[in-house]
Amino acid sequence: MARAVSNRTKVFNTAAAGTLGFLMFFPIIWILVLSFKTEENAIRAPLEVLFGSGWTIESFSTVQARSDYFKHFSNSVIISLGSTFLGLLIAVPAAWSMAFVPSRHTKNILMWMLSTKMLPPVGVLVPIYLLFRDFNLLDTQVGLTLVLTLINLPIIIWMLYTYFKEIPGEILEASRMDGAGLREEILYVLTPMAIPGIASTVLLNIILAWNEAFWTINLTAANAAPLTAFITSYSSPEGLFYAKLSAASVMAIAPILIMGWFSQKQLVRGLTFGAVK
Amino acid sequence: MATKASRSAARLMISPAVLLLLGWMLVPLCMTVYFSFLYYNLLQPGATPWAGWDNYYWFITDPSFTDAIKNTLYLVGGVLCITTIGGLCAALLLDKPMFGQGLIRIMVIAPFFVMPTVSALVWKNMFMNPVNGIFGRIVTGLGFPPIDFFGQYPLASITFIVSWMWLPFATLILLTALQSLDQEQLEAAEMDGANWWNRFVFIMLPHLARAITVVILIQTIFLLSVFAEILVTTNGGPGTATTNLTYLIYVSSLLQFDVGMGSAGGVIAIILANIVAIFLMRMIGKNLDA
Repeated sequence: MARAVSNRTKVFNTAAAGTLGFLMFFPIIWILVLSFKTEENAIRAPLEVLFGSGWTIESFSTVQARSDYFKHFSNSVIISLGSTFLGLLIAVPAAWSMAFVPSRHTKNILMWMLSTKMLPPVGVLVPIYLLFRDFNLLDTQVGLTLVLTLINLPIIIWMLYTYFKEIPGEILEASRMDGAGLREEILYVLTPMAIPGIASTVLLNIILAWNEAFWTINLTAANAAPLTAFITSYSSPEGLFYAKLSAASVMAIAPILIMGWFSQKQLVRGLTFGAVK
Repeated sequence: MATKASRSAARLMISPAVLLLLGWMLVPLCMTVYFSFLYYNLLQPGATPWAGWDNYYWFITDPSFTDAIKNTLYLVGGVLCITTIGGLCAALLLDKPMFGQGLIRIMVIAPFFVMPTVSALVWKNMFMNPVNGIFGRIVTGLGFPPIDFFGQYPLASITFIVSWMWLPFATLILLTALQSLDQEQLEAAEMDGANWWNRFVFIMLPHLARAITVVILIQTIFLLSVFAEILVTTNGGPGTATTNLTYLIYVSSLLQFDVGMGSAGGVIAIILANIVAIFLMRMIGKNLDA
């Protein structure tokens, strides 16, 4: 059914879309370039930056030396991986039971879970802040991991639910007829089929947790600050040190950019709660 | 098909999630509502007398509240216009046959994965800095006086930055929806003599209507809570020029330590978000065949 498209149209389309892609992507290319320049060369005119001298990898080590960058990097890793793991632990059983043993209430429960995601974070900023203060959770990795688990839990459950829903129920009945108990059913029948869905859920959740910038900024100070919060220290006047800001930014976004490229499709499902597939 | 045993097992398996979310929603929510009726400032320890509706009264009659509501509307509305229309155009473009489609799509979508604090700082310093920023250089290079983007057009600048981050989201979702469109329908219409515009209006748009609505509603929910971008670029200023509702509540609760006032603002924010949420939930609920 594919219609023959002349190469000229294709070239024209490529040029138009390529321009759009370049414009959208340019800031990311630009910080990559600047992160390899010396500070005095980074503020020159764009063409001089590109074709001039002054290439160095010094900025990366300076950023680390001045502010213990890797502490914040590992905070980001620990918090996003931790909250994803914790979230899965809670969400997999919940999604499993809703997908395979649905009851009258399943739809209501799902919708209610979704509604918790609609609560604007600023509406509960004060009580969470005070609770954290009283339980000594402010500026701790544990506290932040908990909050990120809870805010992303509805998304994890929804995503897993839509994936589990696609596993045909007949396959379960067949395994039961063959004498599989609940345990065997989960271990040998469901798990292998569910792994792709779980993997994309994990990916999306890590991305969301890594980039979360409301709670991470408001609930951390020096110790547990992940990269989102750490970067705010460049707001002024250090933002004028282009090379260092670029180096810090490149390291902060690179892991997620790579993961994001792998999870484009799943992203749609997760972020629209299955409303668009 | 489910047995009695599996039913109770299912109930057991779902309960941690339900209890946690219930706690996460109810406890802070009740506290916010309770605090909003108290005179409660962290800088004045001691009694927290009952305030009635005073906090609400002062929060709403404060001129910065009116500014914040206006700014919130401008920001949300502006970003929605740019991203929905821009995203529709981008999706239509990316759906056409071309070379290197995968690579180009990735480049368009990439900004969505950049954390808000990084994108705000990069745009602010490397592009919108009046002297050394690229936009600044272009403007002066063309012979115009330098523009201080965040001084002269603060809200527009933030709208621009936020749009850069959300345009990929709209594009990605609309593109996904577009690709699920039945190609044969389009070809049939073409054979019947429908030109591109007619095919767009009568086939593509109706097909995309649902995805467009979802894009608008989900973005609204997130855009009402824009915070980090404002914090690192303008701190809500100059004056209250870029203070949105979220930022205003942050200022009264964590900078002025006025728990009562901040909570009153929080309740108002929740009510506003719920108005949008009701429509969104209805859309999603329709699609759910549980």
